[in-house]
Amino acid sequence: MNSSYAVPAVALVVVATVLVGAFGLRISRTTSDFYVASRTVGPRLNAAAISGEYLSAASFLGIAGLVLVQGPDMLWYPVGYTAGYLVLLLFVAAPLRRSGAYTLPDFAEARLASQQVRRLAGAFVVGVGWLYLLPQLQGAGLTLSVLTGAPDALGGLIVAVVVVATVAAGGMRSITFVQAFQYWLKLTALLVPALFLVLAWQRAGAPVHAFDEPATFRTQRAVDVRDTLSLRLDRRLTVTVTGTVDGHPHRDARVTLPEGTHRISAGTRLTFAQGTRVPATDRGTNGGMSTSLTESREERPLYATYGLILATFLGTMGLPHVVVRFYTSPHGVAARRTTVAVLALIGLFYLLPPVYGALGRLYTPELTLTGETDAAVLLLPDRVVGGLGGDLLGALVAGGAFAAFLSTASGLTMAVAGVLTQDVLPARGVRHFRLGTVLAMAVPLAASVLVGGLPVADAVGLAFAVSASSFCPLLVLGIWWRRLTPPGAAAGMLAGGGSAFCAVAATMADLPGTGDAHALLAWPALWSVPLGFLTMILVSLATPGRVPPGTAAILARFHLPEELRAEVKA
Amino acid sequence: MTGFLAGLCVAVLPLLAAGFWLGRRTARPESLGGLGTPVEHATFETLHTASLAAPPLRAGLTEETARRSARRLRTLLGTDALCLTDHENLLVWDGVGDHHRAELMERLAGPLESGRGEAFRLHCETPDCPVRWAVITPLTVDDRVHGTLVACAPRESAVLVRAAGEVARWVSVQLELADLDRSRTRLIEAEIRALRAQISPHFIFNSLAVIASFVRTDPERARELLLEFADFTRYSFRRHGDFTTLADELHAIDHYLALVRARFGDRLTVTLQIAPEVLPVTLPFLCLQPLVENAVKHGLEGKTGTCRIQITAQDEGAQALVVIEDDGAGMDPVLLRRILAGETSPSGGIGLSNVDDRLRQVYGDDHGLVIETAPGAGMKITARLPKYQPGVH
Repeated sequence: MNSSYAVPAVALVVVATVLVGAFGLRISRTTSDFYVASRTVGPRLNAAAISGEYLSAASFLGIAGLVLVQGPDMLWYPVGYTAGYLVLLLFVAAPLRRSGAYTLPDFAEARLASQQVRRLAGAFVVGVGWLYLLPQLQGAGLTLSVLTGAPDALGGLIVAVVVVATVAAGGMRSITFVQAFQYWLKLTALLVPALFLVLAWQRAGAPVHAFDEPATFRTQRAVDVRDTLSLRLDRRLTVTVTGTVDGHPHRDARVTLPEGTHRISAGTRLTFAQGTRVPATDRGTNGGMSTSLTESREERPLYATYGLILATFLGTMGLPHVVVRFYTSPHGVAARRTTVAVLALIGLFYLLPPVYGALGRLYTPELTLTGETDAAVLLLPDRVVGGLGGDLLGALVAGGAFAAFLSTASGLTMAVAGVLTQDVLPARGVRHFRLGTVLAMAVPLAASVLVGGLPVADAVGLAFAVSASSFCPLLVLGIWWRRLTPPGAAAGMLAGGGSAFCAVAATMADLPGTGDAHALLAWPALWSVPLGFLTMILVSLATPGRVPPGTAAILARFHLPEELRAEVKA
Repeated sequence: MTGFLAGLCVAVLPLLAAGFWLGRRTARPESLGGLGTPVEHATFETLHTASLAAPPLRAGLTEETARRSARRLRTLLGTDALCLTDHENLLVWDGVGDHHRAELMERLAGPLESGRGEAFRLHCETPDCPVRWAVITPLTVDDRVHGTLVACAPRESAVLVRAAGEVARWVSVQLELADLDRSRTRLIEAEIRALRAQISPHFIFNSLAVIASFVRTDPERARELLLEFADFTRYSFRRHGDFTTLADELHAIDHYLALVRARFGDRLTVTLQIAPEVLPVTLPFLCLQPLVENAVKHGLEGKTGTCRIQITAQDEGAQALVVIEDDGAGMDPVLLRRILAGETSPSGGIGLSNVDDRLRQVYGDDHGLVIETAPGAGMKITARLPKYQPGVH
């Protein structure tokens, strides 16, 4: 792919983010403009900011890639990512805002008056934040290596350095505007190329391809194999090879491979003729892509789908970088309005990735071979439109992708660093916040180099599973159940969130094994969320003496509209 | 395989960290063995038990605190059963033989009335009952009986009577401290109530004089100013709640500045720079307006030119940073330090030290005002307000 436009585009996005973050939109006003200067953030602006922070690499790149490989089942991802806000709207948004809490540990302390539960919630914020940061960095690495052929770790490193620098240098001054801008940038970066792609596809006669048929190459296509893989052929395949197949070196030779399994070494270039069917790869050998999720999804589609639905529906409310944005709403009603606007904005955005997925199935089918499915969105403009137009559209998409990494990563880093500074590291002022920032980013950066790449949407799904199993019970029961006790909350978070975290760690470590146990570990939400709720309820019922004093007053504050509250106090 | 190992490392690291943290939290300097003679060892042990029993009692005498301290107290006395009561109820019975509850409650009236201890034999039908004898000692705070401590034993023992007396006195001291804690909290609350909403009488007088001067020449302006004045006084005299939001406080400041500008006209320029993210922050009522009033006073004092005041509110993650800066006369830092320490009172009003005190009481000593000033160099006042603080809402 031609990188002469994409690299400047990425650089432009990075520089713009740094500058806006560092200097902010300096709002200097005289007192005559007082009402303008002190105007609170309206629901629509705040909603754009929340959406901008929320739409991460998983939404921008990941969903299209998964739709490309695994078909329409994966549309549950965008549905779940959006529906999470519906649950948030119905059960959490307004009471959470009225609680006055800025972060999730604040909420735990406000509701349960317990330092221990606060610390535990802080630990889970850090865990979920790190799990969520990991795929952002990997996505950045992938994007840069697709664009320029740079080493995989470089893109993640750039994002990490930029984010740490801006956050540590005094945070994002006018973060609401930055994030709102990022939302519109991301939407534009997907919408405009999508229009051109669909037009080009129409002009090509609108070819269609059913998902249950094997994908075929529409034109002659050269594929570079970056990691050694095994091809499983159920019919003979004729292909031009430069490199090593089954241990035999070839140089630009036409080879006909018989049925069976063939080993393609790393660095080999395969050139497929037009109309050739895309061969299947053996699981566990396709290098880049972790297999356990795919495998268990194919073996137990119903279980996997429900696991995904539960994790995304209930996990959104526990995402640390989303929760802090609600504080900007002036009151509970505004928080609800904001959530409705968020639903509309991200609903609009999520119409686009499936388009890229479907077109990717037609135009970039070789990605199923190499496993780099997350690159589909980046490659399509060049493939479908081509020429200068394709390069420019590709540059736009690449810029949008980096906006996605930067906005989500900076929000997460601020949330994690805040918790690290406040609740983990001993208190010693501003310098500590910088240390917290570095620590918040260093761990996922190290992990992104060490741990093999899951598809970003799947990796983010795992972070949602942990959040759904720990924070969803805490928030829902904390807001709606007056008999919740600190020991109950702690036990529930540990049982639900802890077990989900272990399952996620096992999945990421790619523990060998198949069967039911494996599926249970790969999609933990279906058992860990009920486990969290049940533990929290049972332990709370077993410790009735520990219900915090003043629970009734606290719940009244959560649920009464602010105007009423003032009257009650008066 | 390397991927697997790496993943395993990543999975195990947080567990190790959690284990380390738990270990550090639970580790206590338990091992006193090998330290000194057996007598010294026994002393340490007793002191340690006593220090463990103290914290719950510092919260006053309730069922919860009695339950948490009773076992330690029984270890201290070395009896088979110990119970704590208040005037009406038996709060906790720790140890054996709690079928004597009712009997004990009947015998309490005497010691509660007289404030003097009593030892007596318990009547029991059970042949092998382990408690036959009880000592009731009253717990007194400020010469008023708050409750009793009852120690039970199998037989009469003068040592136990003496020991129970001493332990009861020690518990009484703890309860007295609890009482002191409570009075201190009440004092702080009263102080906050007294400190809040002190708009200066000078300001009311000056404002009314300015409005009066406009009544003839510019009635429309006078009407506007009266409305501003009404809004400002309504805000500062409101009764409900000790806290307000930054947005409301800034509006009050705006009303205040409108009145001040009516008096000083072009001599005052105010610049605002406010991040909308921090507007919902909750803060003690009327704690920024005195700072602005202070800046206005210093800015216009003893000079004829214009005064520039800059009000900035920035978002800093978990806290909001509010800066109020003027280019006026400034102040000698030594004098300022004495004012803040309460050693001397400044000429007009109690502005700065009042705000500083309230911020420290509400948010802790890390959140007092930071003031940078020198004579002739203006003054810059910085306040850091946490976005969330338990009890502030």
